[in-house]
Amino acid sequence: MGLLLATAISLGPYRLGPGDLLAFLIAKAMGGASPLSAPAEAVILQIRLPRVLAATAVGAALAASGAAYQSLFRNPLVSPDILGVSAGAAFGAVIGIFLSLPVLAIEAASFAGGLAAVTIVYAIAAAIRGRDAVLVLVLAGVVIGAPFGAGVGLLKYLADPYNQLPAITFWLLGSLAAANLRDLTELLPAVAIGLMPLALLRWRIDVMTLGEEEATALGINTRVLRIVVIAGATLMTSAAVAASGIIGWVGLVVPHLARLVVGPAFARLLPVSALFGAGYLLAVDTVARTIGNVELPLGVLTAALGTPVFLWILAFSRRPAWS
Amino acid sequence: MVVSPPRLAVVDLSYGYPGHVVGRRVNFEIAGGEVLCVLGRNGEGKSTLFKTILGLLPPYAGIVRVDGELSADWSARQRARTFGYVPQSGGGSFPFTVAELVLMGRTAHRGPFSAPTAADRELAAEMLSTMGIESLAQREWIRISGGERQLALVARALTQEPRILVLDEPTASLDFGNQVRVLGAVRSLAQTHGLTVLLSTHHPEQAFACADRVAVLAGGELARIGPPAEVVTTETLQMCYAVDVAVLAVADDRYRVCVPRSYLP
Repeated sequence: MGLLLATAISLGPYRLGPGDLLAFLIAKAMGGASPLSAPAEAVILQIRLPRVLAATAVGAALAASGAAYQSLFRNPLVSPDILGVSAGAAFGAVIGIFLSLPVLAIEAASFAGGLAAVTIVYAIAAAIRGRDAVLVLVLAGVVIGAPFGAGVGLLKYLADPYNQLPAITFWLLGSLAAANLRDLTELLPAVAIGLMPLALLRWRIDVMTLGEEEATALGINTRVLRIVVIAGATLMTSAAVAASGIIGWVGLVVPHLARLVVGPAFARLLPVSALFGAGYLLAVDTVARTIGNVELPLGVLTAALGTPVFLWILAFSRRPAWS
Repeated sequence: MVVSPPRLAVVDLSYGYPGHVVGRRVNFEIAGGEVLCVLGRNGEGKSTLFKTILGLLPPYAGIVRVDGELSADWSARQRARTFGYVPQSGGGSFPFTVAELVLMGRTAHRGPFSAPTAADRELAAEMLSTMGIESLAQREWIRISGGERQLALVARALTQEPRILVLDEPTASLDFGNQVRVLGAVRSLAQTHGLTVLLSTHHPEQAFACADRVAVLAGGELARIGPPAEVVTTETLQMCYAVDVAVLAVADDRYRVCVPRSYLP
């Protein structure tokens, strides 16, 4: 992970050798003068570092919240985007951008949108019992994603075409290009606050995978636990969406792979998902900004990578594993 | 002689699902260390009755008392420290190991944020060997058979260290040997630990093997309750299952077997 971070910081239009970075770190640690030129230092501290940290945090947040949703909804095929959380959060954030609100308010609107979406989806799934629970959840997520998507479309139509529209459009495609230190001060605390209940409740989240009745019989207040976990996971997703737009598939594919590696126990699944998610998004973001002369939108790249993996999971997961 | 209060008292309990009453005004009591076996045909509401007693379904009417306390006032955690529940099927669909799943029985004994302790793991391992399935400990839940799952669910309920064990058809998918082992374990736990046991079965004969008393549910009511020799009779089985069954004494009437008369030559 450290190596990946260093590589990501080194790569870009302004070339930095691995030696430069090491010298810079050593000099900073020793309190000595920087061996790098002023522009090089500015590139590291003000452009690369915030972006790399943002990619790490967003990747970890999306994967960790995906892992939590999957355990809670007892279903390895749900994720922030499939449950409509991303769409809801995006709608909230776009309202914020449209009204030219400050960053914190955009984040709050994003959280409210995400929470509204997951609540509606869950209510629909609960109301239509007795059918294939997976199918109902996925369909409800898609269906609820639609009006939020339409809302985003409407706001784009109404937005100022010279100023707001490009900002909304580019942001929606998923990008960390604009990440700066100020964004980080909003993103990192929100992710930390969302992550905390998930980490603390890791053993109880395992019991929730047994379903309502069994978890209750084992002594869990399922209603309270569900609300706390959904709130934490949704906060992380919304913070990630507010910072980087909709970056799909990370929350679905990464926890699934992590589960294949370390098993379903949340005490291991959560840190491994977060680590894989961070590494994955960092790698993809580094590719996105270095592959060509023009930067590729991150959401486009993760979708291109995620779709085949999703189909693979759909085709080869053991049927009883998600009944 | 001091008469201790019944450990479990079910008083005028009516139960069912929203919009559908399954059973009405059921009354019975079970003493500490007693084993009560519930019989009733498919769909008679044995599982519903159990879930209502466990507090997993709200009752239509009536109350459940444990050692004189109203269980409706309890939290899920308090309930789980009193009742160990073995559902007909369970364990979810994630690939936890059997050891991890049995360890979940300790949930109610630990705080919301705490991890299971070494003592918890030891207890879980002990219960796995009580059920004779220590070799399954590291197997994935979704890859073991239905019978093995049932044994593991019993081990999990025992790991809960409950005062009352509720088993919903615990022998339904067990082979003959494991049926004998589970019923033997239930019997000996009731005797050695003073564990109160409520179980349902579709084999009336099993009542003679493990139960102190037998309750028969029929027509949405508690039709009979009493010692196995008095309740498991040709008349009751005819009423309950609409089958003509001979109840035959064996081994100087220390045990009885149920044989459908149509099987007899």
